[in-house]
Amino acid sequence: MKFKLSRQARIDLTGYAFILPNIIGVCLFTLFPMIFSLITSFTDWDYTKGLGNWNFIGLSNFIDMWTDEWFTSSLTNTMMFAVGVVPITIFLALVLSVLIDKYCVAKLPIRLALFIPYISNIVAVAIVWVMMYSPWGPFTQLVKVLGVEDPPQWLGSTTWALPALMLMTVWSGVGYANLIYTAAIQGLPQDVYEAADIDGAGEITKFFKLTIHFLSPTTFFLVITTFITSFQIFAPIQIMTRGGPGTATNVLVYYIYTSAFTFYRMGYASAMSWILFIILFAITIIQWYGQKKWVNY
Amino acid sequence: MKTKRSLSRDRLKRIALKTIFTTIISVLAITMITPFIWMLSASMKLPLDVMKLPIEWIPKYFYPDNYMKVWNIGGKSARNYHFGLAYWNSIKIAVINLCGSVLTSTLAGYAFAKIKFRGRDILFLLYLATMMIPSQVTLIPKFVMFNSMGITGTHLTLILPGLITITGTFLMRQYFMQIPDELRESARVDGANEFLIWSRIMVPIAKPNMASLAMVVFLWNWNSYLEPLVFLSDWRLYTIPIALTNFIEESVTEYNLIMAAASSALIPAFLVFLLGQKFLVRGLVAGAVKG
Repeated sequence: MKFKLSRQARIDLTGYAFILPNIIGVCLFTLFPMIFSLITSFTDWDYTKGLGNWNFIGLSNFIDMWTDEWFTSSLTNTMMFAVGVVPITIFLALVLSVLIDKYCVAKLPIRLALFIPYISNIVAVAIVWVMMYSPWGPFTQLVKVLGVEDPPQWLGSTTWALPALMLMTVWSGVGYANLIYTAAIQGLPQDVYEAADIDGAGEITKFFKLTIHFLSPTTFFLVITTFITSFQIFAPIQIMTRGGPGTATNVLVYYIYTSAFTFYRMGYASAMSWILFIILFAITIIQWYGQKKWVNY
Repeated sequence: MKTKRSLSRDRLKRIALKTIFTTIISVLAITMITPFIWMLSASMKLPLDVMKLPIEWIPKYFYPDNYMKVWNIGGKSARNYHFGLAYWNSIKIAVINLCGSVLTSTLAGYAFAKIKFRGRDILFLLYLATMMIPSQVTLIPKFVMFNSMGITGTHLTLILPGLITITGTFLMRQYFMQIPDELRESARVDGANEFLIWSRIMVPIAKPNMASLAMVVFLWNWNSYLEPLVFLSDWRLYTIPIALTNFIEESVTEYNLIMAAASSALIPAFLVFLLGQKFLVRGLVAGAVKG
């Protein structure tokens, strides 16, 4: 039988054929897992009991977690970590990108040197930093040279373990932010700067009055992405501290990971992963609305 | 009016500023790569020299045997760490996922940008919304799903989800949006169907963008840690990051070997990324500037 498809139907068919692999992939590896995860988050599922052998316990997971010290400490630590890492990374990258663009010769090698930590395998980097922080490592030696006689055991100290991880994360993230700023700087409106020159504005005035203003969309983008990635920190924790000492570096994703794959509390871990989603989502929304106040397109 | 003299003073000031800032920032840039320099130096040392103080940045005795041991060359090692195998696994997975996701992203990105099928815009919006879902949410269900599919512990657990990327589709769509419709219309008039237009016209002009996406996807796959940690259990299938963690668990005190292993994991990747840095940077920036 031969029948003729309408023009629009043919277009539809072609369109869906093009996106078919993607749709299958998203359904299979994002959409379906999402629904499954949402269901398990309302159960007491223990993986060792087998698939489907669970009881629905309503919101218990979502309520109980707030009295679970491991969870609350992981949340505070993650928060502190992100709140420390994000502004430092972005501020450093902003200042560096402007200075490099304006005053440096050999721009490319410098940018590449800043960028190398970002592309490095995080596991190898974490291993190197464990050595950096050891009593005979370069970081501890540098601190000694700077006059601290008895530096702490960075990763073994409840006070210093989290800041030590923050330093490493800033180190590895600053190159990426610098790269994004550098690209944005190329698009700055030159005529406005020339006008400012004629008015006799100094470099510092121009930086605060013009550059920060024009780069605000980029800053907005970087705040969101850096916040999301630092909120999901996992590999350095797993390799360098295992959440310790005590609960000092126990972060949300690490706790989700151990709950699910060490203790097989799949229901509870799923519930926590949704809390992670809600936080990231809320922060994106807040920043999205907040940007109207301070972002200038 | 500026006099000649103040002009040259301005120039002097500029040169002075340039020198000062270039020096300061170069020092900072060198500080940034210090961990790697130290890693390289330690990887060439005898075990006890690693801990010697003050730090010997250039080892007194070069000991390249560390690398031979890590790579199990010449039978010098007491045990085989199977580093070559991990390298092969990492490359295999990264290359398959790179080819797959560049292909699927280019296909879907083109359709989302240029083919006016019904339900396109709402579908694309939904598609973007899934970008918000952190991978940790889908990790447990994927683990369960792979178990019941019977593919846990195989590379399929990393390859099947890696064949598509939402970010990549988004990037390719943004790119195709800028291509003028006239190009497509004139080909249609000549009787080309949509697939021919895609493969003969669109893919060739999108090649630089596809290369950028390929670099980014390669970077993600090469550095991926949580997924292989959860999905792989057999050492024969370990990727580089997992093999490395396994390595440190087995040779806790042999810091020189650990540093040789870390160097082995990092340096070839550096070369790849530096060679392709133009494309990599473009790919990373593309997501930011348009986003």
